[in-house]
Amino acid sequence: MANIFAFAESRGGALRRVAFETVSAARALADASGGGEVHALLAGAAGVAALAAELGKYGADVVIVVEHAGLANTNVEALAATAAERIKSGGYRAAIFSASAQGRDLAPRVAAKLGVSMAGDVTTLELAGDALVVTHPAYAGKVIATLKLTGSPAIVTLRPGARAAVEAAREARVESAQPVSDPAASKLVVKEMVVGGGAKLDIGDAPVIVSGGRGLKSAENFKLVEDLAAAFGNAAVGATRAVTDDGWRPHSDQIGQTGRQVSPELYVALGISGAIQHVAGMRNSRTIVAINKDKDAPIFKVADYGIVGDVIEILPVLTAAVKEARSKG
Amino acid sequence: MKIAVCIKRVPDMETRFKIAASGTAVDEAGLKYDMSDFDGYAVETALQLNEKQGPGETVVISLGPDVVQEQLRKALSMGADRAVQLKADRVPTDGLSIAGALAAELKDGGYDLIFFGRQAVDSANATVGPMTAELLGLPCATAVSTLDIANGRGTARRDLEGAAEIVEFALPAVVTIDEGMPRARYPSLKGIMAAKKKPLEVKPAQLGAESLTLEKMELPPERAAGRIVGEGPGAVPELVRLLHTEAKVL
Amino acid sequence: MQDLFDIDSALSEEERAVRASVRQFVDERILPIIGDCYIEGRFPKEIIPGLAELGVLGANLPEEYGCAGLNNVAYGLIMQELERGDSGIRSFASVQGALVMYPIFAFGSEEQKKEYLPKMAAGEIIGCFGLTESDYGSNPSGMITMANEQADGSWVLNGGKMWITNGSQAKIAIVWAKTNGDPSDKSIRGFIVPTNTPGFTAKDQKGKLSLRASDTSELVFQDVRLPKDAILPKSGGIKSPLMCLTQARYGISWGVIGAAMACYEEALDYSKSRVMFGKAIGGFQLQQQRLAIMLTEIVKAQLVSLHLGRLKDSGKFTPQQVSFAKRNNCDIATNVAREARRLLGANGILAEYGAMRHMANLESVYTYEGTHDIHTLILGQAVTGLSAFT
Repeated sequence: MANIFAFAESRGGALRRVAFETVSAARALADASGGGEVHALLAGAAGVAALAAELGKYGADVVIVVEHAGLANTNVEALAATAAERIKSGGYRAAIFSASAQGRDLAPRVAAKLGVSMAGDVTTLELAGDALVVTHPAYAGKVIATLKLTGSPAIVTLRPGARAAVEAAREARVESAQPVSDPAASKLVVKEMVVGGGAKLDIGDAPVIVSGGRGLKSAENFKLVEDLAAAFGNAAVGATRAVTDDGWRPHSDQIGQTGRQVSPELYVALGISGAIQHVAGMRNSRTIVAINKDKDAPIFKVADYGIVGDVIEILPVLTAAVKEARSKG
Repeated sequence: MKIAVCIKRVPDMETRFKIAASGTAVDEAGLKYDMSDFDGYAVETALQLNEKQGPGETVVISLGPDVVQEQLRKALSMGADRAVQLKADRVPTDGLSIAGALAAELKDGGYDLIFFGRQAVDSANATVGPMTAELLGLPCATAVSTLDIANGRGTARRDLEGAAEIVEFALPAVVTIDEGMPRARYPSLKGIMAAKKKPLEVKPAQLGAESLTLEKMELPPERAAGRIVGEGPGAVPELVRLLHTEAKVL
Repeated sequence: MQDLFDIDSALSEEERAVRASVRQFVDERILPIIGDCYIEGRFPKEIIPGLAELGVLGANLPEEYGCAGLNNVAYGLIMQELERGDSGIRSFASVQGALVMYPIFAFGSEEQKKEYLPKMAAGEIIGCFGLTESDYGSNPSGMITMANEQADGSWVLNGGKMWITNGSQAKIAIVWAKTNGDPSDKSIRGFIVPTNTPGFTAKDQKGKLSLRASDTSELVFQDVRLPKDAILPKSGGIKSPLMCLTQARYGISWGVIGAAMACYEEALDYSKSRVMFGKAIGGFQLQQQRLAIMLTEIVKAQLVSLHLGRLKDSGKFTPQQVSFAKRNNCDIATNVAREARRLLGANGILAEYGAMRHMANLESVYTYEGTHDIHTLILGQAVTGLSAFT
């Protein structure tokens, strides 16, 4: 029987989907240990306590609520001190954070405060005797590493989306707590939140590439491709040679034999037939999605998922759906 | 300013990796190595800061066996002033162990800034930078895409999922460098010659005990045959569902 | 490409670092644009500042003149990597370094070296080399371009040159001319000629089907007046320009390996991804034979040039050895490119792939700086002691 700690991430007074994922993953571990409790830490400005019940729905037995005006935005030093203190006093077997931008910022500091190591960006986790065994995609997702955490507690960040949040409803007990260190005394503070912002990524580095071919029909229609990239937030726009030759996109965006060779986590081919010259530049992508009018187009041979249809018609719908999925994340 | 940049030697990620016979490493035969991409940006950022803000020192540090000297030399040929190898038979899996050795080297160095890449592109744990900051009691801005340093304070942008935050911090500080920061320059041929004469100090790494160990490495399952999800806009919800739950890329 | 013979172990860390830096530059700045430049028949001038910043121009000349001071093996590796991009780019660098900076370094006065070399290393001054004439290619000693010294010590130059790489973009030309009416090749001297001097004209040679991403021009000199100090004081006789050619040919022997490597790598990659009759064509014996031969010839060429570089660095290399390397390596590179083009099938004729571009380029490289046949005669003479030139 082991109690498990989960960090419940919120932003702007709302829980993020990753909060349910960490709580749900903690629930599964606690159950597997023979029925321990899940304690979730929820921090934010006044009023955040109202979100505690939602965490109960996914299996939190206790929600530790830290309300403080200084926590309206992320305050990593105060959060790390508070979480570390709680994890230490709570005697947890494991502590789960999300491998989100916030979780990746916070968890290593907590681990270092506690003097234990941690595993980052894990996709599965299970208890094995005194240890926690996790898997983690490494080498740009080309290798799966199995790692063993023998420290106590075992700290991980969980890859967003790696496990769906599963409902395990219960009435969560709410405990109030104060930040262990004064947020105002932190050496690093958030001055401003920029909503919807994302830096322009290069196709060589972006985890997601949305790429257009002649099927887009005009340079203007690339606006639809850019919209989809913006909806992903971590995407860059690529193009086929035909498109760059026609001057619809700059040559630097060309993917293929003579252009750039890319291997993102997700490659979305829009109105691209899949000529061998193009495929040579993107076939090592981890997941490939193709949308094309012609059901016999060669791109469907390399794609994991395909939709047959008019890309101009499908794009706005896809952009809206991605936007929605991302905002929940 | 005195800036330290911690860099890691990693294989070229464009490789089709094979697993070594041990089952706990990738097969090193034929691999090409370079410094991790983000670490290259970090070196570049440090060099540009010191070039712009007048006299300073850029020190590059790498932990590992003697082969890491190749990447240290590359950083020197880009323009770093000196290098330190924290010598170890191998790079530990345990990030805290690495952070401990780095912190021991950095703590009395008098650095204004300590840079890391946001993560090593091979192990992809993203833990060593912030752990080192914690051990040194320094503020840490992770995964920054812009950075301004003025009057002993730093301002940086961190890109979050669908948002960004602008953070402000006091120096000395640790900063981990993400996309958006300048790409590493090409080492000039003169720089390569000059690097031969720059100091590269070798010290034993003070590694702590490890509580994270590597049990196994394997290739991901073969890609399943592709499938047509459906036709027209009506197929979008199913596609998004599959990307989220099956491919786990959304 | 895969280093089957572990040739890298014979390179120093600096040599490998030089190669890595130039390789990255070529991958990122040249390969994405070169196919289009070729079709447009345009030399990509925009890469000159980058090449200069990297330090490839005159890289084996001393640091005191603003150069990188590299050894000759590192210099050869630079040529290899540039030509992996395109022979036209390597030709640009060869001309600038070995045919313009080198003669200024070897035959120029201290003032000339200080005035020109740093600016040429920085890419601020581009140069060209005028030796070949329309009727005197393989036999430069027959040249008719003439410079006559005037009473005040200045010179007046008349004549013309053909097949001049960088000719239309150059700020200075190194022009080789006979002097003072003397028809003997002993009277040949080198001159630094600013291309804006009245009477100097350069015009592009049109209709090239090779080296399309390189400027090739015809130069005409009509009563071009040059100051006293335009002459390269230490030049004298046909031997001087031939010394320059030996430098350039050395670089060419390395460069063409790069073109061959690009073709081999492209063919290998294609053979593994192109499926025909239900399997990758790399699985068919005929293609494997092609690849095995390409690899073998490339490795042999690499070993020849590497050894030649070590000889050059130790001051022991001979022009005959350079002829050997230039002759062999251009020949095998031309064959590798052709075989790669064939392996690529119909795709091989597209500019999207490099093979046909390299193949067409290499026909020029096979021909310039001493044709294949001339180098054959040089080797023939070296082993028999008998001249077969005339």
